Amino acid sequence: MFIDWNNFTPWSALAGGVVIGLASALFVLFNGRIAGITGILGGLFRPMLRDIGWRLAFIIGLIGAPFIWQLFAPLPDIQIDASEALLAVAGLIVGISTRYGSGCTSGHGVCGISRLSPRSIWATLAFMVTGFITVYVVRHLLGA
Amino acid sequence: MKRHLNNMTALIFALTSGLIFGFGLILAGMANPAKVLAFLDLAGAWDPSLGLVMGGAIAVGLIAFTIAKKRHLSYLGLSMQLPTNRIIDKRLVFGSLLFGVGWGLVGICPAPAFVLLGIGSMKGVIFVVAMLIGMGIYELLESCKKSGSQ
Repeated sequence: MFIDWNNFTPWSALAGGVVIGLASALFVLFNGRIAGITGILGGLFRPMLRDIGWRLAFIIGLIGAPFIWQLFAPLPDIQIDASEALLAVAGLIVGISTRYGSGCTSGHGVCGISRLSPRSIWATLAFMVTGFITVYVVRHLLGA
Repeated sequence: MKRHLNNMTALIFALTSGLIFGFGLILAGMANPAKVLAFLDLAGAWDPSLGLVMGGAIAVGLIAFTIAKKRHLSYLGLSMQLPTNRIIDKRLVFGSLLFGVGWGLVGICPAPAFVLLGIGSMKGVIFVVAMLIGMGIYELLESCKKSGSQ
């Protein structure tokens, strides 16, 4: 292992993390909800009338973020090397698995760990480990 | 009328939370799949940045959830909907293990996927559509299981 110092961005990473934490704080303290994207989306598949609005509002906020960002600053580099086919496969896997696991990076990784939930701590360990392994297999064993 | 206003306020807070969450993802570099994969690539040129994203988010989250846990109602007077399940079951573990595989394949998880959608990335659109189909498949499998066990 060696650290890629040229691409290491500690300050923007830390600041971005704090902003993500603030968004989650705002959501739980005012809306009384967990800012977990899997849970927010999942609820839309079993719609209850009173419940649709805030779910859609949060998602629209996420989609709108780059629009508003661009009014004030240029967007940072976005690079997606994966092929369309691989993106479709990965999207399917992420959709099914996050519902089975009741959460993703936001719900378990940020909010769950902040709640000190044992379920979320185990879930986060699990997806980090297979994330590391998957990249190792794809990049270093298959050499893609 | 008051209730109507409360609903509107809740919607505005949800929208604002999503927006700020999105800004955080962009600032942190989480909206860039190449950077996410560089964090997951321990054996390559490792970029530890995303560890600091998690650290920063959790530092703020710890304070917020400590306050939230003590409250029955939110500041808007809505009931606190915090998960109560504490059982670590197969669904949680295997679901999460599989999620890591999907995440590691392309470097995209659900929240940044919607930011990519907003950027107008065609690849982001493909990922989001596939993810929603995946969630739909989950619902179908669950309803089959339910009707099968009755």
